[in-house]
Amino acid sequence: MEEDNGMFNVQQTVGSVLCCKCGIPMAPNSANMCVKCLRSEVDITEGLQKHVIIMWCPECQKYLQPPRTWIKAQLESKELLTFCVKRLKLNKVKLMNFEFIWTEPHSRRIKVKLTVQKEVLNGVKLEQAYIVEYVQTDHMCESCSRVQANPDQWVAAVQLRQHVSHRRTFFYLEQLILKHDAAIRAIKIKQMDEGIDFFFANRSHALKFVEFVGKVVPIKSRNDKQLVSHDPKNNTYNYKYTFSVEICPICREDLICLPPKVANSLGNLGPLVLCVKVSNSVVLLDPFTLRSDFIDADKYWRVPFKPLLSCKQLVEYIVLDVEPLGYELNVAGSRYALADVQVARVSDFGKNDKMSTVKTHLGHLLNSGDYALGYDLYGANSNDIELDRYKNLVLPDAILVKKSYEEKRQKTRGKPRPWKLKSMNMEVDSSSRKFDEEKITTEYEEFLKDLEENPELRFNISLYHNNEYQPSEMASMTDGEELPSVPLEELLGDLDISDEEDEGESMIE
Amino acid sequence: MATRLQFENNCEIGVFSKLTNAYCLVAIGGSENFYSTFESELADHIPVVKTSIAGSRIVGRLCAGNKKGLLLPHTTTDQELQHLRNSLPDEIVVQRIEERLSALGNCIACNDHVALTHTDLDRETEELIADVLGVEVFRQTIAGNILVGSYCAFSNRGGLVHPHTSIEDLDELSTLLQVPLVAGTVNRGSEVIAAGMIVNDWTAFCGSDTTATELSVIESVFKLREAQSSEIVDEMRKSLIDTYV
Repeated sequence: MEEDNGMFNVQQTVGSVLCCKCGIPMAPNSANMCVKCLRSEVDITEGLQKHVIIMWCPECQKYLQPPRTWIKAQLESKELLTFCVKRLKLNKVKLMNFEFIWTEPHSRRIKVKLTVQKEVLNGVKLEQAYIVEYVQTDHMCESCSRVQANPDQWVAAVQLRQHVSHRRTFFYLEQLILKHDAAIRAIKIKQMDEGIDFFFANRSHALKFVEFVGKVVPIKSRNDKQLVSHDPKNNTYNYKYTFSVEICPICREDLICLPPKVANSLGNLGPLVLCVKVSNSVVLLDPFTLRSDFIDADKYWRVPFKPLLSCKQLVEYIVLDVEPLGYELNVAGSRYALADVQVARVSDFGKNDKMSTVKTHLGHLLNSGDYALGYDLYGANSNDIELDRYKNLVLPDAILVKKSYEEKRQKTRGKPRPWKLKSMNMEVDSSSRKFDEEKITTEYEEFLKDLEENPELRFNISLYHNNEYQPSEMASMTDGEELPSVPLEELLGDLDISDEEDEGESMIE
Repeated sequence: MATRLQFENNCEIGVFSKLTNAYCLVAIGGSENFYSTFESELADHIPVVKTSIAGSRIVGRLCAGNKKGLLLPHTTTDQELQHLRNSLPDEIVVQRIEERLSALGNCIACNDHVALTHTDLDRETEELIADVLGVEVFRQTIAGNILVGSYCAFSNRGGLVHPHTSIEDLDELSTLLQVPLVAGTVNRGSEVIAAGMIVNDWTAFCGSDTTATELSVIESVFKLREAQSSEIVDEMRKSLIDTYV
């Protein structure tokens, strides 16, 4: 209307009309009522929440932001104000202003004065202030109640077991559990012989945990319950639940002689195969043909089998000659190449002339002069039933499993790594059998080396910066080949669990 | 003196009735209350006629008229036309006009001397208005609204217009109409003036929502109180003279 289009515009003066209720002169609006009368006619705060109950954890003094976030906020702070206002449903009105009204800290009451605006009676906007009272009720947050929980008062226990001679699987599982926070609800974790026990305050927590484990390793589980108490008047029963979870004994790098039935079902794979990967299924690779297949938990437990030889029996070989037999192939996510290699046992080297020519899947890694770890089938005295079933099977002298970096590692031995892992807070059960601390330390070291050599293993777990590590200025680049190590980009900032206050600082690096 | 009433629980009484200085048209309602209110107020002075126009009850919005004539839309049936001609005094010209904008009550606002009309009305209609109603016709808007018949109500003594009318517009309109005008509301803040009230030179009827404030504005601008008071003075004078003589 006020547009300057070169036309003559008559000046318009807004007149005044009488308010239709009280009769005072006012500028006309669409309700034709003065603000006071309008306010007395309509209450725009009608139907808005005036009383809200908020949950407050008396232990850590945090407020519950539904559904499950707990936020820390001081009284009269900005955070608390936003938290309070967010708890209100203000969908029909426009929020103009909000502020605290002081209340006694011990009163467990918070008062907020809000000013809202809403359209009433054919387009008139009305602004009104009102007070909302928040009542703090005590409600212990999950983490506090976990701390407060008595670890001996468990309701459900998960007994995780793997019947093998080493604990590698559990080291890896521990990292997976930490990464996914799968055992965050456990009230006690106990390291046992051949496994770990997890105790939970609730059956559903245990069930969820078992479900998680079933997703990352092939397991077989059964559960039982024991009646603790029973109240016939209320018809309530108290049970203790126990979940017995067995992890399949096949580990990475194990040599397996497949039972004929399984070999047949996998299209005559093997029968000598290497396990190259374990997730919720087991990936098997025939090192002579590079054929591979996988067996899931269901299939495995239908016809269970044991490894013929496992990582404990690995023998070091020296590679004398390599003759490639083909190109690199991508099998089950990793690269392999077939080759004929001439190897001699390191223990024999220099003593006798025993050499053997074997086929291997590590043709892309090995060069003459390298060291490799393998199973010595020539010297092994296996009494495996499955192996005996194959009458005409000609066993190779050796099966190489992986390249060995042992020689090159000599230099770095004893020095800290640039990365570290978190560890679960586990009680050690030293009562049952003699607990070999040293054995576990060496096994853990082995596990760390494994992580360095296999990027695939690192994929699912979180590695953190090690603050103690100082890179040496004289980088030992004298060797042509570098040791496999973890690229720095993969590391996460260090999360220091002991003092959470400094968390922000250590994240900066 | 203004009266508050409602038509079947509806306060927009200007929709269901038409009041001029010479006659009053009332819609045919379910109950007799509405009609009898007019009857009791007006029967001594002017005819109160129950009618429908084009079969509908919204007579106030469909027709326009003053003491000299009555304009009906082309949708009026012959029976209705005949009924009105029979009921109204002979000196009042009842005319059915061919106009595209058939809600004549919304498009024309008039008293006995001047009419304001919708800006898009036909030239012939304008001439007919001038002839039948004997008025001077002005094409106007009120506070930007082209439905002049809806947003203002005026008699020969005063007028009430849309509350958003600016002072300049108010001056211009009152110069045209030669009556004092005021911006105001009826029915507790409603700006559709003509729908909420009907008025002639000595009486007014408003919707029952109309507040005391609005009523006092209406009575003062249409000079309804003066009429009353002069009557009272006349009465008093008579009696005084009586005793004097």
